[in-house]
Amino acid sequence: MPTTAPTAHALADVTASDSALGRFLHGLPGVDAVGLEARAASLGTRSIKTTAKAYAIDLAISMVDLTTLEGADTPGKVRALGAKAVHPDPTDRTTPTTAAVCVYPDMVAVAKEAVAGSGVKVASVATAFPAGRAALDVKLADVRDAVAAGADEIDMVIDRGAFLAGKYLKVYDEIVAVKQACGTSARLKVIFETGELSTYDNIRRASWLGMLAGADFIKTSTGKVAVNATPANTLLMLEAVRDFRAQTGIQVGVKPAGGIRTTKDAVKFLVLVNETAGEDWLDNHWFRFGASSLLNDLLMQRQKLATGRYSGPDYVTVD
Amino acid sequence: MASAFEYAPAPESRSVVDIAPAYGLFVDGEFTDAADGKVFKTVSPSTEEALSEVAQAGAEDVDRAVKAARKAFEKWSALPGSERAKYLFRIARIIQERSRELAVLETLDNGKPIKETRDADLPLVAAHFFYYAGWADKLDHAGFGASPRPLGVAGQVIPWNFPLLMLAWKIAPALATGNTVVLKPAETTPLSALFFADICRQAGLPRGVVNILPGYGDAGAALVAHPDVNKVAFTGSTAVGKEIARTVAGTRKKLTLELGGKGANIVFDDAPVDQAVEGIVTGIFFNQGQVCCAGSRLLVQESIQDELLDALKRRLATLRLGDPLDKNTDIGAINSAEQLARITALAEQGEAEGAERWSPACELPASGYWFAPTLFTNVTQAHTIARDEIFGPVLSVLTFRTPDEAVAKANNTQYGLSAGIWTEKGSRILAVANKLRAGVVWSNTFNKFDPTSPFGGYKESGFGREGGRHGLEAYLDV
Repeated sequence: MPTTAPTAHALADVTASDSALGRFLHGLPGVDAVGLEARAASLGTRSIKTTAKAYAIDLAISMVDLTTLEGADTPGKVRALGAKAVHPDPTDRTTPTTAAVCVYPDMVAVAKEAVAGSGVKVASVATAFPAGRAALDVKLADVRDAVAAGADEIDMVIDRGAFLAGKYLKVYDEIVAVKQACGTSARLKVIFETGELSTYDNIRRASWLGMLAGADFIKTSTGKVAVNATPANTLLMLEAVRDFRAQTGIQVGVKPAGGIRTTKDAVKFLVLVNETAGEDWLDNHWFRFGASSLLNDLLMQRQKLATGRYSGPDYVTVD
Repeated sequence: MASAFEYAPAPESRSVVDIAPAYGLFVDGEFTDAADGKVFKTVSPSTEEALSEVAQAGAEDVDRAVKAARKAFEKWSALPGSERAKYLFRIARIIQERSRELAVLETLDNGKPIKETRDADLPLVAAHFFYYAGWADKLDHAGFGASPRPLGVAGQVIPWNFPLLMLAWKIAPALATGNTVVLKPAETTPLSALFFADICRQAGLPRGVVNILPGYGDAGAALVAHPDVNKVAFTGSTAVGKEIARTVAGTRKKLTLELGGKGANIVFDDAPVDQAVEGIVTGIFFNQGQVCCAGSRLLVQESIQDELLDALKRRLATLRLGDPLDKNTDIGAINSAEQLARITALAEQGEAEGAERWSPACELPASGYWFAPTLFTNVTQAHTIARDEIFGPVLSVLTFRTPDEAVAKANNTQYGLSAGIWTEKGSRILAVANKLRAGVVWSNTFNKFDPTSPFGGYKESGFGREGGRHGLEAYLDV
């Protein structure tokens, strides 16, 4: 929070120039790494069992962006993924659907067809994912392609090089342009690749930058680098969306992505959401997990709660 | 799906601890009844359930225990340091092995959350014994001259807020330096000290080296006044500390006092706000604020007052108060009915003097001693709640405009135990810390303890240091 609480109108001024934006972002409160990580760790010790666990598992399933982002993706694989998103556990039709399937732009049409009528959204990583190192025209074309094919959500990567060089306005303008290319039909998730931003101060600045530029979601990472979502960086981003709403009235979603593989981990993230941003974010419109292998663990834990026994990997589908 | 995310209760099992219906005094390696046969009950503050009946020491028992300690002193002090170290290391290891049992016991007897006994108290208790075990054979090199000698029999009186931790702070350095001990735990929390007596036997500690006398203030007074006690160490209230100082004055006894506090937690406008909020919470709500070094005065720079208070109130709304044995509990019970009455009276006085009182919506259990986390704003230096130690979960918020004003207000207290500084600017941390008259100054953190770090006060917070190399001095003839 800056020292004087600006209104949404006043916040518009901070994007007037590169230096104004830089001053604003550097005027945000600092982050003490030790304290942040200690808080994230202490929230990880809340006890989630029985009814709380059943609730958390179903909530987590409904928040999964079931993802395949491989060079080797085929229409068949995407169709299989879509079918799984609609019926995550074919043996138990009470299982909620996942929030979305997340694919490369060229697979959007296939995915769209696979989930048609189910309410499952199709998200697409456009903007020269995962490096983001392409001309703006290319990135925008990528986005328009995906939107034209029916994508409900666009996951864009920011230009980390520009961000680290302090060219905040360039990053801002790109996000604004992509948001425009999304039109009114697609929600925009902005990926910071937090592992490459390297400091918590940078992650807070990136979060505000993304929200100022109109992001509907802020997202930790691509899942393609060594350090992806962590409890600490997600906690920090939850603080940012909480503070942003307090100042502007605008609610922004959060999506940790990469490295969340177990139910236990997912539940810890839900506790972070619950105690940091609050209940308003405990909904797949405002919180997502970017994950591919998490879903199967959630399903196995769900079966365990229902039957009292552990099944095994053969009792959930492989994709 | 439920509409809200309710965590499941996760109570720690009581079955890991076996509390006997009655306990004796621990004198000369044996559990015995009090000479006059007196007993008292110790209750669980969260339920008011009577846990056990404990022998109540009187003057005669004090005399017996001091004699036993005197007798044991000859052999104990003559042991090579490396031998004493072996016993201390053994005690430390047994504490680690029995830590779950001791954590549950401490929570039952004291009322503090299991999260704190398990994750803070017990690891520190073991660490203190390990740390001073390491010093036992290196006293010649501690900077107090060659072959510093022990003082003799140490009479130690400890409070109820950290029963086992305060015992460790007192006993570990005393034994490492070759002294023998007569310790009186507080009347509301005698059990963990009696379990420690059992640990001493388990470790094969020679008879009489450690003696434990549960009892009331009269036993403490008799211990302090006993002519054959060479060293008195006290942690507790300032009023009792002054009484002890008067008793000891003019004798050859050495004295250390660790008394009250009214710590200032100073938040500058460039602080890491979210972590500062956590630090404020830790500073005043750790152990229900029953901490002598609690950050009970929040000094916040005027320019960020509103934002910080909003953030703090939002955070307080997430604190979970209730069954201290539940692992989810952040705030446990107040230690005793007397303490609850004192906190209640001071909070009412705060309101009567015009400060603005605020607590989050918070349901208090029907039985036991409970006080909701409380915040007072519009507090000035002239308010009683800004001056008197409340020793409860009550935070007084004051403001300042310049660093000089912050320092002036922080130092404007009869106490001087702790302080905290929150700023992203390293040079400011150093500049302000140098001007604060407090034994401990934390920067961008609060209420963190370590056996290697000396702890103690200025002014009415007492004198002498416990912990670290400095902590040895109080038990050596230097």
